[in-house]
Parts: sequence; C-alpha cells; structure tokens
Amino acid sequence: MSYDDWFRKDRLPHIFCAGCGNGTIINCTLAAIDQMNWKKEETIFVSGIGCSSRAPGYILTDSLHTTHGRAIAFATGVKMAKPDFNVVVFTGDGDMAAIGGNHFIHACRRNIDMTVVCMNNQIYGMTGGQGSPTTPKGCLSSTTPYGCAETPFDLCELATAAGANFVARWTSYHVKELEKSVKAGLETPGFSFIEVLTQCPTAFGRRNKFRQVIDHVEFLKSHSLLKAKRDRLVEKHEHVPEDMFVVGELTRRNRPALGVKP
Amino acid sequence: MTRIEFWQGNIACAEGALAAGCTFFGGYPITPSTEVAEHMAAKLPKRGGAFIQMEDEIAGIASIIGASWTGARAMTATSGPGFSLMMENIGFAIMTETPCVVVNVQRGGPSTGQPTMSAQGDMLQVRFGSHGDIAIIALCPATVQEMFELTVKAFNLADKYRVPVFLMADETIGHMREKIIVPDTVERVERKPFVAGTPAFRVTDPDNIPGFPAFGTGQHVHVTGLTHDERGYPCATNPNLHMALVKRLVDKIENARDEMADYDVINPDAGQVFVAYGAPVRTVMQVMHDKKDTNIGFLRIRTVWPFPEKALAEFKNAKRFIIPEMNLGQISREIERHVCVPVRSIPKLGGELHTPEELVAVLEEKA
Ligand SMILES: Cc1ncc(C[n+]2csc(CCOP(=O)(O)OP(=O)(O)O)c2C)c(N)n1
Ligand code: SF4
Ligand SMILES: [Mg+2]
Repeated sequence: MSYDDWFRKDRLPHIFCAGCGNGTIINCTLAAIDQMNWKKEETIFVSGIGCSSRAPGYILTDSLHTTHGRAIAFATGVKMAKPDFNVVVFTGDGDMAAIGGNHFIHACRRNIDMTVVCMNNQIYGMTGGQGSPTTPKGCLSSTTPYGCAETPFDLCELATAAGANFVARWTSYHVKELEKSVKAGLETPGFSFIEVLTQCPTAFGRRNKFRQVIDHVEFLKSHSLLKAKRDRLVEKHEHVPEDMFVVGELTRRNRPALGVKP
Repeated sequence: MTRIEFWQGNIACAEGALAAGCTFFGGYPITPSTEVAEHMAAKLPKRGGAFIQMEDEIAGIASIIGASWTGARAMTATSGPGFSLMMENIGFAIMTETPCVVVNVQRGGPSTGQPTMSAQGDMLQVRFGSHGDIAIIALCPATVQEMFELTVKAFNLADKYRVPVFLMADETIGHMREKIIVPDTVERVERKPFVAGTPAFRVTDPDNIPGFPAFGTGQHVHVTGLTHDERGYPCATNPNLHMALVKRLVDKIENARDEMADYDVINPDAGQVFVAYGAPVRTVMQVMHDKKDTNIGFLRIRTVWPFPEKALAEFKNAKRFIIPEMNLGQISREIERHVCVPVRSIPKLGGELHTPEELVAVLEEKA
C-alpha cells in the first residue's frame, strides 16, 4: 500500500482553503501509518471540531468526528473498550488546548496508548479567525484586534509535564521529519503527541503579514530551532533566540501506559 | 433459577447492567449516583470489561459513545450537575444513533442544590435538554427491583432503537435497600445487523432504524455529528436532507411510543386517578392500600419518554388526574396536553417524599 490508499476518495474535493497546511500534515501522518502494517479495520481516527478535525472524514477507515474539544475523551472510550485498535486523533490548537485542554492533560497523565496530531495554526480557522490559546503575543485575530495580550501555551511542555511518553514538534515545512516523527509516535506505547505548526492563510496569514503562503512556510522554517542545536546552545551557555521555537523529538520515555494492545 | 438479595437501588442498577452484558463504564463521581460507578469499578475488570474514571462528565459520556462504536454495551451514571454537562454529547449520540445508557439518580436542583436529597427535577431536561429537535427514551424505576429490570431494559431499548436511553432514577430509589429477586439470565435484544457493503446509515425498514456497522468490521464508517447523508458523509447545507434526517431520528422513537409503553393500570373505572413515576409511586401505593376504594385509580408509569399517552385513555370515567411529582409539575404539563379533564399537580420540592396524608387531602378536595 501507499499513503494514497488510505484516502476516502469519494469524499474529495476537501474543504480546506488553497494553501492550507492541513493537507500536508494528513499526508505525512498517513505516510507514517502506511509503514506500520496496520490493518485498516483496526485503525480508528478520531477528531473534534475545526478545520483540522475534518481530517478523519477524508480517510478510508472507521472514524469518529465528534464534538468540539472532546476527541481525546471519545478516543479514550474506543481504546479502553478495544485495546487491539490503533487510535489516532487529529485535533487543532483551539480544539485541544482551549475547550479540550482538560481531556488533553488527563490523557497525557494516563499515558493512554494513542497518537495525537495537533495542527497548530495558532488561530480558530473554522470560525473565521479568533484568537486561540496558542496565538502568539501581539498577533492579530478577530478577537484580538489590538494584538494578542495573553501568553500562549507551549503545548509540548504541557504534554511532557503531564506525562506523555512521546512528544515532538515540527512544522508543515518539515515533511520528512514530520513523517518520521509521527511514525516514532505511532510505535511508542503510551500517549504520543505531535504538534505541527502550520500556515492558515485565510484566518491567520491574512491578518499577520503572511498573505503569501510561502512567506509563512518560510517563516516557520527560519524560526525553527532544532532541539539538538538548542541543547548545544544551552550546554555552552550561549544565547537561545527568543523568537524561535524548538523542533524535534522533545520527549521519549517508557513510563507505564494504559490501554496498550495485549 | 433466581436468588433473593437485599440490595441498594444503585447496586441493583449496576448488577442489572452487568446482567445485561455491559462491558464498559466511563464516568465521574457524583452523589447520589456514585455507588453505581463504584460497583462497576469493582466488578467490570474481573469480567474482562473496562471501567474508567474520566476527568468530568463530558468525558464520561464521550467515552461511552466511543466504546459503543466498538460494539460494547456501555453506560455512565450521574446526577444533576453532571447531567447538565452531558447535554452536548447526548445530542451527538442521538445524531449519530449511538446506543448507550445514561443513569441519572436525580437530586435537588438547580445548581449544586441538594446533593443528598431526592428529586425528579430533570424530567424535562432529559427530554428537551440537548439542543435541536430530539427524541429519547427515559425509564423511571420505583423499586429496587425496577432499578435492576429497567437497567436491563434500557440496554435493550438502546440497542434496538440506536438512541441513548436514560434511567431517570431518584435519590430515594437509588439509596434505599429492598428485597430483590435476581434472575439468572435476562433477555437480550441485539443491535440490528448491518448488511456489509451498504451505506452506513441506510434505512430500509419502516422502523426507521439502520443496521449497526460496528468499528473493526471493515465497513469504514464515518460517524459525524454534522448533518449527514446515508453514507454518513457531512452534508450540512441541504435543507431537505436535514429535515429528513431529523424527522427520521425523532420518528423512530415517537412512532414506537405504544410499543415501548410500560405502565400499570389500577382501577380503570375510577373517577379520581393518580399518575406517578419513580419514588412518588410508593406513596400512591400506600394510599391505594389504605383506602381500598375502586373509585381511586392509579396509572403507574415506567416509560416516561416517549410519554405513553394511550395509558391515560384507559381511564374512561376519569374526572380528574392527580399527579404527585418531586418537581414543580413537569410531567403534569405533559398530561394536560392529552386529557380534557382537570389535572391536579401535587408538586413537592425539598427532598422528602409526599406523605399519604398529602395525597389524601387532595383526594378530598371539593371539585
Ligand atoms: C461547544 C462548541 N463551541 C464552539 C464551537 C464553534 N467552533 C467550531 S470550530 C472552533 C474552533 C476551532 O479551532 P481549532 O481547533 O484551532 O481548529 P482549526 O479550525 O483552526 O483547525 C469553534 C470555536 C463549537 N463547534 N462547539
Ligand atoms: S481557514 Fe485556515 S485552517 Fe481552515 S481550511 Fe482555511 S486555511 Fe486551512
Ligand atoms: Mg486552529
């Protein structure tokens, strides 16, 4: 099989805007899954509500497109009832970190065996561009017209602190790295969390000087600081640039996990 | 073979669920329902099932919906505040036709209200609480025996009609201890089988119920709370499709109203007729026992939603219906819609049962 075989072709065309990063993330995730030798009938995709959460609707497996913020709670029921299933959750920054924040940290704490891919466009895309818990300080959205005044979440630190076994961050630019990272997450027993920073030209880029998709992707690339590089800087007591974000595999450990396939 | 036990209502509920083959419980503790969760926590893991204490009631009902799609019989239990939190996902279960059982051991509301006191204040919330036009099934036990039996029935109805079914108990029945006759086996109604390769939500029978394509059976089902076509694919802007879907979801329950009706008629020729469900049944029974008067009728209801309106018509000589409820008259209003004679509500809040004297005083009122 190739990743292409996982698509639900009779659902195309999809609803994503031209230039949206979600398609890239779905491709990378399916490419990773395709290497797992998982049976389609034992692979379940779950999501909440948002542009990102539409992903399972385009995949040819059993899938649950649930309520806003609750995907991980639904997925927990699927996994606990049928540990044989491979459970993958697609979610967004609003879905997972705002309304669903509590479910997220508790799933990390339980270290329940599933993989969560968060498409972090730093905005509420589907509802037209309101600020989210990951909107960077100063950024414009329809509900932060004078610039976001709040401090955003670092979702990966949150996942690590809450107990997840595998945590990684990449961007829509890093397709190869992302695919490898998702695969590593799928292979790790327990809770795996992959945050993917991505462009949303319609709701975020338009307001924040990324009118051209390529400008935003270029920004994501140029502001990514590889974890290895960051670690070297820290080791040498050198300055770590504040305007960059760390990408790479951030946490991998083997704490006791819940719902692992018997 | 049967055996006799002396059980608390909530334990009888949990045992009923186990007897019905429930293999998944997800929930969050709340008085006065917690014993259901505690009993399931003790029993399910030993029977190969799964118990999980979720982070809140929203997650509790989410988890049972997820479990149900794997084919499991799944349940949660709660009370007022938790029930309020569940409303959105109850609508999701209705829209996606997910069988599941929700137990609400009612306590005094609104808000945190009276955590340890009995009430029936959520009888309209269960019917109308989730947004949009909906129909659900709600059962009300009045004895510990019925806690067991109606829980079994709730699972069967949920699987048959593919809808969340609510066991609307109250603190009185949940926490009282009583003799119960426990059967060895119980009836089991399965979900309608799915014809492989057909659209996931295609309906071919007049009962409006599609077959159930459980996850893991290779049917590649997409389940969404969005308005969807018979394939299960989102299609949220077609007015006719939305109308047809919501009508079908409501009709499959409302059209089966008579089939589901579960009630007892006592003294059908009476002029004054009590109607009760849940704990107030017990006070009415006491009055019936004390008075031994065939001019006092009693309609004892177990299926409150869909409301069994045909039962009211069995009282041909009724001059008045008298409804004791542990709320401000929630079901009285439903009864008013169906009869042409006066309906006298006896509302009671605070947590205590009606006394026989309170009911007798109403019987003796001048018309
Ligand atoms: C309970 C509830 N509140 C609000 C909404 C409206 N809503 C739909 S999507 C969304 C935000 C989605 O943001 P995110 O998860 O970041 O997804 P994106 O569209 O950006 O991919 C909101 C607030 C809803 N559907 N349900
Ligand atoms: S609004 Fe943004 S996130 Fe949503 S589809 Fe368009 S570009 Fe993608
Ligand atoms: Mg977003």
